[in-house]
Amino acid sequence: MRVPLSWLRDFAPIEVGPDDLGATLDDLGLVVESIERVGEGLDGVVVARVLAIDPIPSADLIRRVTVDAGDGRSVEVVCGAFNFAVGDLVPLATVGTSLPEGPTVTRRRMKGVESNGMLCSGKELGLSEDSAGILVLGPSAGDERTGVEPGAPLTDALGIEPDVVFGLEVEGNRPDALSMVGVARDVAARLGLPFSIPDPRPTEGKVPTAHLARAAVEAADLCPRLHVRVLVDVEGGASPPWMTRRLVLAGMRPINSIVDASNYVMLELGQPTHPYDLDRLGGHGLLVRRARPGETIVTLDGEERQPTPDDCLICDADGTPVGIAGIMGGATSEISATTSRVLLEVAHFAPMAIAGTSARLGLRTEASVRFERGAVTAAGSLDVRGELAPPPVIRLRTDRVNAILGTDLDDATVRRQLTPLGFETSVESPGVHQVRVPTFRPDSTREVDLIEEVARLNGYSKIPRTVPAPPGVGRLTPYQRDRRRVRQVLTGAGANEAWTASLLSPGDHAAAGLTGPEVEVENPLASEESVLRRTLLPGLLRSLAYNASHRYPDLRLFEVGHVFGWPRPGEQLPDETEHVGVALAWPEDDARSAVDVWRALAAAVRLEPLSIEPDSRPGLHPTRSARLVVPATGAELGGLGEVDPDVLDAFGLGGRGGRVGWIEVDLGLLLAAPRRPLEAQPVSRFPSSDVDLAFVVDDATPAGAVEETLARAGGDLLVRLTLFDVYRGEGVAPGRRSLAFRLRFCALDHTLTDEEVGEARRRCIEAVESSHPAALRGG
Amino acid sequence: MPDVSDVSDVALAETEGQARIDAADSVEALRAVEAEVVGRRSRLASLQQGLAGLPPDERRSRGRQLNEARARLQASLDLRRVEMGKSERRARLESERLDLTEVLPRPGPGHLHLVTQTQAELEDVFVGMGFTVAEGPEAETDWHNFEALNIPPGHPARSMWDTFYLRLGPPGSTLLRAHTSPVQIRVMQSQPPPIFIVAPGRAYRRDTPDARHLPVFHQIEGLVVDRGVSFADLSGTIEAFTTAYFGPAIHSRLRPSYFPFTEPSAEYEINCTICRGAGCRTCSGTGWVELGGAGMVDPNVFAAVGIDDEEWSGFAFGFGIDRCAQMRHGIADMRVLLDNDIRFLSQF
Repeated sequence: MRVPLSWLRDFAPIEVGPDDLGATLDDLGLVVESIERVGEGLDGVVVARVLAIDPIPSADLIRRVTVDAGDGRSVEVVCGAFNFAVGDLVPLATVGTSLPEGPTVTRRRMKGVESNGMLCSGKELGLSEDSAGILVLGPSAGDERTGVEPGAPLTDALGIEPDVVFGLEVEGNRPDALSMVGVARDVAARLGLPFSIPDPRPTEGKVPTAHLARAAVEAADLCPRLHVRVLVDVEGGASPPWMTRRLVLAGMRPINSIVDASNYVMLELGQPTHPYDLDRLGGHGLLVRRARPGETIVTLDGEERQPTPDDCLICDADGTPVGIAGIMGGATSEISATTSRVLLEVAHFAPMAIAGTSARLGLRTEASVRFERGAVTAAGSLDVRGELAPPPVIRLRTDRVNAILGTDLDDATVRRQLTPLGFETSVESPGVHQVRVPTFRPDSTREVDLIEEVARLNGYSKIPRTVPAPPGVGRLTPYQRDRRRVRQVLTGAGANEAWTASLLSPGDHAAAGLTGPEVEVENPLASEESVLRRTLLPGLLRSLAYNASHRYPDLRLFEVGHVFGWPRPGEQLPDETEHVGVALAWPEDDARSAVDVWRALAAAVRLEPLSIEPDSRPGLHPTRSARLVVPATGAELGGLGEVDPDVLDAFGLGGRGGRVGWIEVDLGLLLAAPRRPLEAQPVSRFPSSDVDLAFVVDDATPAGAVEETLARAGGDLLVRLTLFDVYRGEGVAPGRRSLAFRLRFCALDHTLTDEEVGEARRRCIEAVESSHPAALRGG
Repeated sequence: MPDVSDVSDVALAETEGQARIDAADSVEALRAVEAEVVGRRSRLASLQQGLAGLPPDERRSRGRQLNEARARLQASLDLRRVEMGKSERRARLESERLDLTEVLPRPGPGHLHLVTQTQAELEDVFVGMGFTVAEGPEAETDWHNFEALNIPPGHPARSMWDTFYLRLGPPGSTLLRAHTSPVQIRVMQSQPPPIFIVAPGRAYRRDTPDARHLPVFHQIEGLVVDRGVSFADLSGTIEAFTTAYFGPAIHSRLRPSYFPFTEPSAEYEINCTICRGAGCRTCSGTGWVELGGAGMVDPNVFAAVGIDDEEWSGFAFGFGIDRCAQMRHGIADMRVLLDNDIRFLSQF
C-alpha cells in the first residue's frame, strides 16, 4: 500500500523525518519497500494560460507558444508538445528552475526563436508517469470551479505540498493496516503521539433512505451485515485537486467525484464501499444472494464472469446481478456523468467466502484484499441488515506474556502497549487483564494474538536474546552420515554432483524404458515439467547433453535425490524413495566403469558382497546390464551397466559418440543391506601363500558365480581372491574363456604347510569343476 | 715368483695395484680389480705366502709392510667404489629427468554441488548447537502442508504459497510440499518433546523461474519444543546461527511479520554480506537483507498434533539454502543452480 505522509498527519502529529519513520514502520511489521519524495523542486513553476500557438518556419516538431504568466506578462516559449490549445492552463517552468525529473531550464534559441521557459509534462514535474504531453491543468478561461489564475505557483494551484510516500507491504493478518488511519494508529502508539479520527456528521435529507430504496440479504452467511444509504442531489464531475492528488499518490486513478469519494474513504478507513446509480437499479434497491448455477455477469472491467453458488452476488431489487460482492461491481449500474442519486453499499462479507471467490475468479481488487482480511465495518449507518458477533473479550495473563516472550514486563507496561492500539483493557486481578478487541482488529481472537501485539508495540529488538539448552547432543543419523560418505566416494571417482528437476516431461519415462503408472502434477507450469520422476536417468542424461552442447562431452555426474513411484496399496502418498544415480561419460567409460565405481561405493559403506546378476534393465543396454541383489534376502537394490544407445539418442546424447556407464540404486535399501561388522578383524603375522588357478569356463557362466564358489570353497584360510586375467583365443574353445584367479591363503596362528595349501587348492578346483561347466586350464 | 724379501717387489705390487684401481671404469671392473689386487690370487697374497720362509725378525717387518700396503690399497678401493656409486647414481638419475609441467592432465575428483555443500555446512552448525537433522517426503498431504499448520482450505494465506497439486486421491488432497514445514508436523506427531530439529530439503512452488526464484528450491527449517521456550530463545538461536555461519561480523534482527503457523511471527534479516552493513545495491542501501521467517509455534499447530500448549512452548524458523549460497557466493542468477553446468559445478 502507498501511504503519503501528509495523509497520516491528518490523524497524528508525526514530526520525525522520513527515514526514521521508515525505520519505525519496519519495526512495527509494516515493511517499507520504498520511500519516495514527491512534489519537491516545483518552486519556479507557475500556472500559465496559452495565448497563442504559432508555427516556426522550417520546423515541424516544435512550435512557438505565447503564454500569459500572470500579471499580464506574456512569455514566449518553444514547445514540442501538441496536446493543448489556446486558452488552456499549463505549467510553465521559468528560466533557472531545476525540474524534479528534467533539466535545469535555461533561455535558449531554437530555429531562431528564443525560448524563455519550458512547458512541462507530468513526468518532468515528478507528478505522474505521463510524459506524452504537457500537463494540462484546466480548460478554458474563467474556470470558476478550479479558481486557478495565471501566475499562481503550481503547487498552490494543485494543492501540492512536498510529500513523502511510503510503499508498505502489509501482512495478511492486518486488515486495519490497509488504511491510512490504521497505519497512523500504529505509528502514534509507538511514538507516543495523540491520535484521533475526524467524526463527520452527514447532513440528513428530508426523506429517509427506507422510503427511497430497499435492501434485502438472502445469503446472511456470506454477508452478515449490509448498510445502505441514499445520497441525493449529487453533482458529478471531477474531484477537487487535493483529493485527486492524494488518490494519485496512493496509487489510484481518479474517475469522478462519487467513485473517488468511495475510494478515498476506503484508503482512509479501510472499509470498501460501493456506489450505485440508484436510478439505474431495478426496483430501486439491493438484494444480496448466492449466484445461481450458470449465471454470468459482466464486471466493470468488461469481462464476463461465471460465478458459482459459493459466490455472493449483489443484485438489484429485481434480482438482476449488479456486482460480485466485495470484489467488483457490474457495468450496468455504474456511476455516470448524469448520476444524481447514489445508493451507497457498506457491507461486511465473510472473509473466507471473499477469498474463495477471488481465487476462483482469479480477480483481486483493492476491495477484495480488504474484505478477505476482514474489513472494518463503519458504525451508525441506516438500514442495518443482519448482526455481527460482538468483538471478543480476551483474558490476558502477564505471566503468559513473559513466558512466551522471555521478557520481564509488569502489568502496567503490558496494558500500555495495548491501549493506544484501540484495545480496551481492564484489570481482572493482579497479573490478569480483560481485553476488549476493537472491531478493526478481527485478527486478534486469542491470548497469544494479544501477546504478539505487546511484543510488536514494545519492539522485537527489546526482547533479550538467550540460547536454549538442548536435552542431548546433536548428531547426524547413521543414514545421514553414510549418505555423505556415498557422495564423497562418488566425487572421489571423478563424478560431479548435479541437482536435476524432480518434474519430467510426460514421455520421459517411456523414453527411458519405464512403463507403468506415474504421478502427474495437476497444475504444472509447463507440460515439460508435469510428471514426478521415477528414475534419475532422464535428468542426468539431460545434464550430460547440456554440457556436451557446451563442448564438455566427457563428464561423470551423479545425483542423490527423491523419486516417486505410484502409491503402495492403501497409501495416500507416492512411494517416495531416495536414489543415487551415477552417469559415467569419460571417453573410455562403459559398463566396466560402472562396476568399478559400484565396487568403490560398496567398499566405502562396508557392504557385504552383493550379487551382480546379469539382467536386462529398463533404459539400459540389454546385454550390458545387471541387477544388484542382496544374496541373503534376494532383495534388489538397483542396477548398473550401460545406457541403451536408443535412450542416449532420445535424451540428446546420440551425437556425442561413446558409451555411458550407469548406476542407480535405492539409497535406503543400500544402506540397510547387510554390512561387514565394525569389529576389528585380526591380521596374521605369518607368511601367506598365493595360488593361481585358471579355469576354462563356458561364456554363459558368470565369472561372479565362479568367484563365489571359490570364496565358499576356500574357507577361512582364503584371505584374498582376485580375478586377474580373462583370456579368449588360441588354446581356448570358442564360446568359452579362461578366467585366472589368484587365491591368497593365510592362517592367523601358524605358517601354512604345503599340505594345507595343497588341500585348499584341491578343494577349490573340485568345487568349481563340480558346480560349473568349467575345467582347470592345463589341469 | 715375487720375492717377499725384496722390498721393491712389495712396492711394485702396491704401485701396480694402485694403477689398476685407478684404471677401473665401472663398479664391475673394480670388483675384478679388487680380486686381482688384494684377493687370494693377488701378488700380495703370493708375497704373503713367502713370509713363512723368512727369519722371524724379517718376517715381522716385512709382514707389517705387506699389511700396510694392503690396507692402503683396500682403502683406495673402498674410496673408489663410493665415488663410482655416486657418479653412477648421478648418471642414472640424470637419465630419468622429468619435466613435471609436461604431465598430461587426467580427470580428477568431482565436486559436490554447491547446494549440498551449503546444506551440509548449515546442518553442521545446527548439530553443533545440539540439533538433530530430520527429513520428510517431498510429496505431501494437504493436511501436513497446510491444515495442520493452521492454514485451513480456503484460507487467504494459502495464496502465500503457490502450490503444485498432484493428480492423486481426491482433488487438492496431495501436493508437492511448498515448504519444509510439514516435517515439523511429522516430527511432532512421531516423538514427544523436547524437540530440537532442523529439517533441510527440497520444496516446490509454482513460481516462474527468475534470478531469485526457482520452482524447485531448498529450504532448512528449525523447530524447538520444550518447557519454557520463549521468543528470547528464538532470537538468541537465530543470532547464534547467524554469527556461526556468516561470521562474527554479521548479525541478525527480527521484525514483526505474519505466518499462520507462528504467533508472534517474525521476519529475520542479517547484515548485508556484500557491504557488511554499510549499505549497497544488494541491500537497497539499508545494510540489511532478508533471510527467512520465524516465530513461536501457534497454539493451533500444537492442537493439530496433540501437544499441550500450556505445558510446552516452541519456536520455528526457516530460510532458503539456495539463498544462503547465493548470498555467500555472490550468485547473480539462481537458475544456474539447476543447470548443472560443469563450468559452474567445478568452481566449488
